[in-house]
Amino acid sequence: MTSVTAGSLPRASARPAAPPSPWVRWGTVLAALPWLALSVATRRLPETGDFPYSLVFANGTGLLGLLLLTGLPVAHGLGRVGARLRHWAPWIGVLGLAFLAWELVTAKLELLPMPFFPPPQAILEVFLDDWARLGHSTFNSLVLLAGGYAIGAAVGFVLGVAIGWSRAVGYWAHPILRFVGPLPATAWLPLAFFVFPSSWSASTFLVALATGFPVTVLTWSGVAGVNKAYFDVARTLGASGTFLVLRVAVPAALPHVFVGLFMGLGGSFAVLVVAEMLGVKAGLGWYLQWAQGWAAYANMYAALIVMALMCSSLISLLFRLRDRLLAWQKGLVQW
Amino acid sequence: MVAALPRWAALRRPLRARPPAADPAPEGARGAELSVEDVSHAFQINGAPLPVLDRISLSVAPGGFVALLGPSGCGKSTLLRLAAGLEPADDGRLVLDGERIDRPDPSRLLVFQDPTLYPWRTVRGNVAVGLEARGLLAQRRGRIDEALGLVGLSAFAEAHPHQLSGGMQQRTALARALVNDPRLLLLDEPLGKLDALTRLALQDELVRLWRRSGFTALLVTHDVEEALVLAERVVVLSDRPARIRAEIRVEAPYPRRRDDPELVRLRSHILNILGHAA
Ligand SMILES: Nc1ncnc2c1ncn2[C@@H]1O[C@H](COP(=O)(O)OP(=O)(O)O)[C@@H](O)[C@H]1O
Ligand SMILES: [Mg+2]
Repeated sequence: MTSVTAGSLPRASARPAAPPSPWVRWGTVLAALPWLALSVATRRLPETGDFPYSLVFANGTGLLGLLLLTGLPVAHGLGRVGARLRHWAPWIGVLGLAFLAWELVTAKLELLPMPFFPPPQAILEVFLDDWARLGHSTFNSLVLLAGGYAIGAAVGFVLGVAIGWSRAVGYWAHPILRFVGPLPATAWLPLAFFVFPSSWSASTFLVALATGFPVTVLTWSGVAGVNKAYFDVARTLGASGTFLVLRVAVPAALPHVFVGLFMGLGGSFAVLVVAEMLGVKAGLGWYLQWAQGWAAYANMYAALIVMALMCSSLISLLFRLRDRLLAWQKGLVQW
Repeated sequence: MVAALPRWAALRRPLRARPPAADPAPEGARGAELSVEDVSHAFQINGAPLPVLDRISLSVAPGGFVALLGPSGCGKSTLLRLAAGLEPADDGRLVLDGERIDRPDPSRLLVFQDPTLYPWRTVRGNVAVGLEARGLLAQRRGRIDEALGLVGLSAFAEAHPHQLSGGMQQRTALARALVNDPRLLLLDEPLGKLDALTRLALQDELVRLWRRSGFTALLVTHDVEEALVLAERVVVLSDRPARIRAEIRVEAPYPRRRDDPELVRLRSHILNILGHAA
């Protein structure tokens, strides 16, 4: 418990933007150099294969290098974007070095076997030529995931609250959850595709199942673990049963619920990919398998990149939601 | 609880209508009369009964202030929980103004030893819980600021509990009860965990609030001096199972001085009863 003296509530202090020392200021420029080197190397060194987008790639990285070269020294004056740019400058530089190494060992020196390890410009080619299919697959994945996750999270939450609150519901639900819950959702796959009218509804069910189990269990344990004194206080103050559930039990259990939501999201990604590969024949999982079938390895890497972006964005979104709903926890626990 | 509301609401008089705090004339009209009639209570521990209260009888006049003093574990909190209606008594009756206490009701409020504030609510939100639970928030929103002012927390209305000191948290818990205009306030060692200076300050504050609002107060404490400074009558309980060992009237006028010779004399008297040489 921290105590606060009158009138001085802790407030997020806006970090004062002190001008960087010349050393830091010019040090950040180093981040631009690998990108310029990459551009020159791509353009000038002979290639071992035929890559139609080498020039585009060289121009793009060159442009990026020039932007960094001019932007980084004045980043201090660019406000929030500039502050971020300066913060990430070391990463940008190292990433440029990694791209340079990648370019050299694939397209230029062919130290890695070619069809399996395409150079960056081959992946750029996929993004530029096959964006429609890739985009459509991403959209399909998102729709399937959103539907299944929403159903699973909602059902899991309601079920978890009911089990945690009501002895009768707990009596019936507990053994079922114990017995069926630990089964990985993918194990239901053959049965689901056989029972459900469409492979899409079957996949939605599987994603919902993978989400619902952790959400149920964590919500339940959260509700069951609520400090009993919280209920005593509310009861003496005239609270109804509904108030006790919605205004006491649920907010008190919310940190647990979010742990369940995070676990469920992770589980739903795994199920999504498998379901798409084996069932719905659409979405990024299907794209991956399709690319592998055609030995189109560049497409596979591109799909993996898109998938990583999608999953990490969704996780970030959930973090945002948690930070918003559980802001009160900030002073209590280590985030 | 809602069914009991009209009767209760008719009896309460808004704080607003009362004279300002500068005039400390006690008002007994709002307080309810509590009588504990021959109450015994036991808990089951590993199948064996653990008697906790043994034929306790006591009554608190409307607007009166009684302190319960007793060794720890003797059953003081249990008695307050029964009076709050959180649990039914095994034997005997508890009656408030002629009506048997058999469930919780906002007219009798319990302030716990731990403030038990809801960490996800602000100070204002915590104080509002009672009004919100009974659907009176829109009508009586102004009362919240009033109660916060009474306990000196107006500047912290939007703070969260973890941003408050222990004393401020306990004052929030007090405001949370007061905003409902309880007719009986049950105080379970509300100042027990505070440092000595904060405790003295809050004792004075409690006397002021009681004299101003006129509720009936039943305070549990293990601090003899606290009982003497606050209460009109001190009831000394025995070891578990609790029995009433002595009842001492404290005649000194409010506000009391801790070095009042009468209080000093009573203090050694009570310590003697409790088996400690003063
Ligand atoms: N819910 C309960 N179940 C079993 N035993 C209890 C319960 N509450 C209190 N007790 C026991 O009753 C006795 C009196 O408790 P309490 O009223 O809290 O004492 P105190 O006078 O310190 O407030 C203690 O021995 C305690 O262990
Ligand atoms: Mg106690």
